[in-house]
Amino acid sequence: MNVSLELIHLDKTYLSKEDGKEIVALKDIDIKITEGKFVSLVGPSGCGKTTLLRIISGLEKPSGGNILINGQEMDEPWLQVGLVFQEFALFPWRTVRENIEFGPEIKGISPEERGKKAAEYVNWFGLDGFEDRYPKELSGGMKQRVAIARTLINDPKIILMDEPFGALDSQTRVSQEEFLLNLWDRTKKTILFVTHNIDEALSLSQTLIVLSRRPGTVKKIITIALDYPRDVNSDVFNRLRKEIVEYLIEEGM
Amino acid sequence: MPSGYLLHNHCLQSLYRVFAGFFIATICAIPLGIIMGWSRSLRESITPLIEVLRPVPPLAWIPLAILWFGIGFKSSVFIIFLGCFFPIILNTVSGVLSIDSILIDASKTLGATKKDIFLKVLTPGSLPSVLTGLRIGLGIGWMTLVAAEFTGVKSGYGLGYMIMTARDIQRPDEVIAGMAVIGLIGYLLDLLLRGIESRLLIWR
Repeated sequence: MNVSLELIHLDKTYLSKEDGKEIVALKDIDIKITEGKFVSLVGPSGCGKTTLLRIISGLEKPSGGNILINGQEMDEPWLQVGLVFQEFALFPWRTVRENIEFGPEIKGISPEERGKKAAEYVNWFGLDGFEDRYPKELSGGMKQRVAIARTLINDPKIILMDEPFGALDSQTRVSQEEFLLNLWDRTKKTILFVTHNIDEALSLSQTLIVLSRRPGTVKKIITIALDYPRDVNSDVFNRLRKEIVEYLIEEGM
Repeated sequence: MPSGYLLHNHCLQSLYRVFAGFFIATICAIPLGIIMGWSRSLRESITPLIEVLRPVPPLAWIPLAILWFGIGFKSSVFIIFLGCFFPIILNTVSGVLSIDSILIDASKTLGATKKDIFLKVLTPGSLPSVLTGLRIGLGIGWMTLVAAEFTGVKSGYGLGYMIMTARDIQRPDEVIAGMAVIGLIGYLLDLLLRGIESRLLIWR
């Protein structure tokens, strides 16, 4: 299997805005993710999960270490990595279709061609009939699907998701999780998923990475060899949940 | 008041001057405002200059306007430009600053270059505030009309000019008529821009 994403001794320090002191956000992160894996990242709040995703997506530069994507080093925000934000980050002045078309549009693809492509995604993501609506008219679940479609249309190799379902109610969350698993199955993308919801991480991922509290380091890597869909009440599931909760309690949640 | 100088011609000439000043102010203030909103260093270096120039009333510019542009159309357009420019630029800057930075991040991860960010994120994102600026700018531009026509009107037409002539020949009825027409047209212009605003901001 190819290694899709490799982080080597990644560090991130920044200066505090209040007193100018150096803050170590991430320290010596070593992660290797093979192609097509679904990996979750959990950790106490403020441990640098979001910072890590921003670094992998190219929005921020690491202070030290390397990021290899398909074995290559990158130095600009790169299209091989797509980032889905917790707050959806849809452009409010664009309709659903125009939001999804954003990537192809700036690549200079012709209106007909990108319209066709966007229509496929609209259909696939169950957004038929909502193409010409603006984000303010959509439910949270729909907004999130538009956000995922907008990322996916660029065909990234790796999809990073920052608590994508954190802002959704629990029913919508379950259906979105199912939707995401289907999508993963169909596209075979590598997914790195940040969540604070342990059950969600256990239901979705093949590998679970626990980060320590700040400065964030990899505390534990757990492989979850269970078939999908997973039974949240099974013994294995309960045992894993307990194990992870204990790690997190050690880190002060 | 010389006979044969009809009211609608006064209105049209005045509107023409105001739109010319407003138009030039718009094409200068919006791009500059967006760039200032985007670049902190530019914003910090230009803002003091703007804040010094802004409180100077258009009336005070008249001698310089005449010196630079002579008597007539260009001077009056310059005075109206000054009235329109500041509200447009200040609202554009604050419009850009109000854009959620996560939208800029999202556009970057989707492959946007600086130019794309400028055209496809900052410009539409600042639009609500820009439109408010345009509305205020046009209102103030219209208000500076009388002062602008103080710079001299060669054609003999203009609402401000009409009022001044009426003053000279002691016709308060015409002065009041001129004031009423200025007020009414100002109101209609505002209504027009509000209409455009709600059409363009349907997504809000």
